[in-house]
Amino acid sequence: MERNTVLIALFAALIAVLGLIPKISLGFGVPITAQSLGVMLCGTVLGARRGALATLLFLLLVALGLPLLAGGRGGLGLFVSPTVGFLVGWPVAAFVTGLIVERAKGLPLLPAAILGAFVGGIVVLYAFGIVGMAVTLDKSLGEAAMLATPFIPGDLIKAALAGFVTSALARARPASVLSRA
Amino acid sequence: MLALTSSTETIYHRWRASAKLAAVSVGVFALYLIDSPALLSLAVAGVALAYLVGGWQFLVEGVRFLRPLWFFVAIVLVWHVVAGDPLTGLAVALRLVAAVGLANLVTMTTRLDDLVELVLWILSPLEKLGIRTAPIGYAMALVVRFTPVLFGKAGTLVDSWRARSARRPGWRLVMPITVTAIDDAEQVAEALRARGGFDSDP
Repeated sequence: MERNTVLIALFAALIAVLGLIPKISLGFGVPITAQSLGVMLCGTVLGARRGALATLLFLLLVALGLPLLAGGRGGLGLFVSPTVGFLVGWPVAAFVTGLIVERAKGLPLLPAAILGAFVGGIVVLYAFGIVGMAVTLDKSLGEAAMLATPFIPGDLIKAALAGFVTSALARARPASVLSRA
Repeated sequence: MLALTSSTETIYHRWRASAKLAAVSVGVFALYLIDSPALLSLAVAGVALAYLVGGWQFLVEGVRFLRPLWFFVAIVLVWHVVAGDPLTGLAVALRLVAAVGLANLVTMTTRLDDLVELVLWILSPLEKLGIRTAPIGYAMALVVRFTPVLFGKAGTLVDSWRARSARRPGWRLVMPITVTAIDDAEQVAEALRARGGFDSDP
């Protein structure tokens, strides 16, 4: 109980710290932060349930007004902003990511984690994000999807990174990669 | 760690967190029922007035807090002007500003402790179902405490990278930062267990 709770809390802190790493700008001027990489790692490392709880804990603190989101943002306003869907989608994204890594036992960890991060952290997350933008900006789903596309290349890189970091962790701290423990 | 609570004292600071949250929830919901740009302009003016009650400085602070929103406001306006329907664009933009401004008002005038207390109170029925909520309070405290610690350690990693390489540190640091988080977690968990775990006060 204590160990699970502390790991969940420290991964929530990890999401915050990854948001503070300086932005990397992709070739065509779209800034990406490592924050969504943190969400993917919650799933690939902690597994479905704990990963979802870590992102939920992070969002709770953001809602309460801690400036933990990339760029020092926080507060309730974010949950009525156009990006609300991406935030709400985090726990589901981490859950799906973790579930895939846990269930795809036939696959080695590296491809399983990349696949999980791709399906959970991109497909599922964008579905939520696009619906959120469609509602708040009063756009059709297709139009909202267009607004989100510039960020896909960066997220593809992050999904691959999440896989490599997870498989490296499995070698460095095998007992802590709970999705495969 | 710095919270986003405003240091300008307003009358809202003395209101109960639960009342503010309920009022703002109703307000935001109502905003999504309105479509007329005229009424929505009135709503924005109302929200601005609510800020002004706290003084000019407080209003300026509130406007600065809306900074992440301007990007979307610009997109919506340009989009609808191009589509030949500027009035709808105006309505959507005004609604966004009013809703986010209203929600920020709670964040800016409520202390973190009060909000944490409110969350634990909302969750308290779970205790009756046999789900323990004490770990949630612990977990929130741990994140608040360990985000700066982990950030400090990440800074040390950045420094040692810079001491060895002329290139910029980037994604290569994600792995060691994650290892640091895991090691800290295992250590803290052990320390917690040694001190009686969640059965003691945080």
